[in-house]
Amino acid sequence: MKTKLQKFKDSYFFYSFKRDKVAMLSFIVLTIFMLMALTAPWIAPMNPYDSANIDIMNSEIPPVWMDEGTSEFILGTDNQGRDMLSTMLYGLRTSIIIGLGAVALQGIIGVVVGLLAGYLGGKTDAILMRLADIQFSFPYLMVAIFMSAIFQVVFGLGSFERLAVPLLTLIIGFSNWPMFARTIRASVIGEKNKEYVEAARVIGLPRWTIMFRHILPNSLTSVMVISTIQVANAVMSEAALSFLGLGMPVTKPSLGSLIRAGQEFFFSGSWWITIFPGIWLVIFVLVINLLGDWLRDVLNPKLYKG
Amino acid sequence: MNTEQPLVTMDNVVKHFDISGGLLDQLSFSGGKFELEKTTVKAVNNVSLFVNKGETLSVVGESGCGKSTLARVIMGLYPPNSGEVRYGGERIDNLTHGQWMPFRKKMQMIFQDPYASLNPRKTVRQTLEEPLRFHNPGMTGAEAGDKIADVMEKVGVDPAWITRYPHEFSGGQRQRISIARGLILDPQFIVADEPVSALDVSIQAQILNLLMELREEMDLTYLFITHDLSVVHHISSRVAVLYLGTLCELASAHDLFYEPRHPYTRALLSAIPRVGEKKAKHIKLKGEVPTPVNLPTGCVFHGRCVYADERCSREVPELRELDNGGFVACHGVEEGRVME
Amino acid sequence: MSHLLEVNDLEVKFALRFGDITAIDGAGFTLDKGERLGLVGESGAGKSVTGFSIINLISKPGYISRGSIFFEGKEISTYSDAQMRKIRGNRISMIFQDPMMTLNPVFTIGYQMVETVLAHRKVSKAQARAIALEKLKKVQIPSPEERLDQYPHELSGGMRQRIIIAISLLVDPAIIIADEPTTALDVTIQAEIMDLLQELCETEKMGLILITHDLGVVSQVTEKIAVMYAGKIIEYGPTDQVVKSPVHPYTTGLIGSIPGSIPPGEDLKQIPGMMPTLTNIPEGCAFNPRCELRQDICTQKTPVLEDKGNGIMAACHMK
Repeated sequence: MKTKLQKFKDSYFFYSFKRDKVAMLSFIVLTIFMLMALTAPWIAPMNPYDSANIDIMNSEIPPVWMDEGTSEFILGTDNQGRDMLSTMLYGLRTSIIIGLGAVALQGIIGVVVGLLAGYLGGKTDAILMRLADIQFSFPYLMVAIFMSAIFQVVFGLGSFERLAVPLLTLIIGFSNWPMFARTIRASVIGEKNKEYVEAARVIGLPRWTIMFRHILPNSLTSVMVISTIQVANAVMSEAALSFLGLGMPVTKPSLGSLIRAGQEFFFSGSWWITIFPGIWLVIFVLVINLLGDWLRDVLNPKLYKG
Repeated sequence: MNTEQPLVTMDNVVKHFDISGGLLDQLSFSGGKFELEKTTVKAVNNVSLFVNKGETLSVVGESGCGKSTLARVIMGLYPPNSGEVRYGGERIDNLTHGQWMPFRKKMQMIFQDPYASLNPRKTVRQTLEEPLRFHNPGMTGAEAGDKIADVMEKVGVDPAWITRYPHEFSGGQRQRISIARGLILDPQFIVADEPVSALDVSIQAQILNLLMELREEMDLTYLFITHDLSVVHHISSRVAVLYLGTLCELASAHDLFYEPRHPYTRALLSAIPRVGEKKAKHIKLKGEVPTPVNLPTGCVFHGRCVYADERCSREVPELRELDNGGFVACHGVEEGRVME
Repeated sequence: MSHLLEVNDLEVKFALRFGDITAIDGAGFTLDKGERLGLVGESGAGKSVTGFSIINLISKPGYISRGSIFFEGKEISTYSDAQMRKIRGNRISMIFQDPMMTLNPVFTIGYQMVETVLAHRKVSKAQARAIALEKLKKVQIPSPEERLDQYPHELSGGMRQRIIIAISLLVDPAIIIADEPTTALDVTIQAEIMDLLQELCETEKMGLILITHDLGVVSQVTEKIAVMYAGKIIEYGPTDQVVKSPVHPYTTGLIGSIPGSIPPGEDLKQIPGMMPTLTNIPEGCAFNPRCELRQDICTQKTPVLEDKGNGIMAACHMK
């Protein structure tokens, strides 16, 4: 009997991973990013959120390889005097937390809705899908802006800043669940006519058991693929919201806020404030998308006839 | 003739499926005004059957004849539009989910596709344990394990393999596991929906032999659905022939094969390619098979029947008992027009 | 006398990640004008691969590693793509199992048939349409003119299969390879399609290679039969003879497994075990683990096809 590790190593999944250079490279880059975000408090030269560290006189210092750069601030400083590298590390962390959190939320809502709609059919399906359609037809960014603005108005800027991360997670999480719902629903409709589901009904199992213990595990492949892409989307959404001023507060910038803040200074010469975080964001989103693509291709031809 | 009450009866069962779609799909414009068109698949039309304890009743017919739907109506997967289904004398077509529970233990089903009938994400142990624990909540893990090992041996699969997943088995083995799942609750009645159609010929033989052995060993009653007439001849006591959801002929296996009465049965039998015999010219049927959506008027078979007359296109023939105990629904047979 | 089609010692391999496996091991048979050959075996035996390799339809990672295929006297196994295209669909046609997959659902029947004709013949569209109509009549489709303007989904399975046959006739091929043409069809339609194929072979003097697992169909329609097991032809001879008095134990077991051949109520003759997968072929005779006649030599030496009398060749040490 092979151990689980041996089975994994022998599996087609691992084999095609090893063959696909792009996937391997993307995975390595992603791991590096995740490690950086995880260890940010330890590896960052300074804590950019602590205002005691920031001296406005240090603002707009260019990266170390240019004139006027210093080795204290390797990638330069932003318009507030914060070290770019540290701020980027902390910002990456925020972006990833919000990205993963939002997708988890979208996933849970979407999967439950899709499962119910797909399996129960009829009126339930019609109602749930109309809800999804309505949600879908609003550009999610507009929904996010709307919710963000209302919260700020109702609760004030102060609490908004304190609760920024969970709030953004909620906002982005709620705005995009229809995609999950639709995908799972299609998968469920396909599975529910399969004979193993009929067999479960013949045994007399209750509906909930059949839905969650039989059909759901078999519909998860489609969800897995979307999830990776949605993480990238969520990170970008947060960046967009921050860019518009409706996201992370100025004192705790994410990658998106940095890009926004730097925009004003771009043409006056301090290009690094926008460009460096921009590059990180692009690479992060790119590798996630590439991994998602590869995952989709690998899981796709998995027919039953194994 | 068995004077004991039949185990399973179906009386005048009708099952139609409404596939009209949404409001916009139904809307059509004809003759200058809008109309709502309903499209119904008339899968089962007024079928009455019974299965005696200990026998094997085979239901045969070609695609679209409604045999699979019939099986599912009996098993309670679809409620019939009208008619009654009884098990052991008690009505089962109008029960709630909870009321079905005692019957679920007595009635089980085996499916056609060995690849789709087992949950690919569950090990064999999980698949077999689930019905067992569900219906016997007091059972311990050890007891369940014993029962599972026992049933696996009965179907000829090594009990040591219960930790494997379905995709690690061949088609024939998967079908055996399906059969094990059907047997694990010690049922009395099994509906087998084309259990060997998806298997290779030599594996078919193994599974058929297994099913026949189990019938003796466990005192089972079978309802066997298939389109393969040679299989039917081999294992059935009685045979029911369906065409477009209507029962054409019901007779003992011997009578059906050596003295078929209904014109459709005859055409069906003549079309079977027999190994080693130079066949008699098979009876050519006129036209194509109509769909169960647009049923012909009168006798469903009249459009393709060489003996059809005007009455056949008007009047639906009733099922009449013959002198040999069989039943036929055909005007031609009734009137003596159908030649031997 | 030279045959229309001659396959000699054909070996087909598949290059997989853990090495090359042999899918077809030295298959050989002949086909004459108007002759009907059945290629019989269970799933995995290699009959479809054999059929595909005749017209070089094996796609990577499969390849022909040895052997020769002579068609009308010319070696076609080494033909380039361009040369093969003149033969495939033109001189040798193929019919597949599922007509819905072979017909393009977004084009009318007429369009697809005309397209096929124009691909192989220099004629005008009107002439192509006339040819299409003629072939539809040959396959006895009712109201052929209407069919030309219909889409595949408007027709039943049996009709679609007739149209596929008509399409394969459009260019007057010398050979039709039919891969399980009636497995997806009802028994009554199957009988008609097989009758049709037989008639066409007789009137048009076409060769037919019928690939199937259905011994019943094969014994009705074919004159010669080749039984395949684990990539090899283990029995080859006139259909009547093979079916009546099979030589190889596998063939005997196969015929005995068919419910129609044993009296009702009795156990069917079952062959224990299963056909080996291509990666697990036993030493010596591939059938030996399941064979009741097995002797030592069977596990050591692979048998070759030998004349066993009555025109039958079989690969067995014991018979």
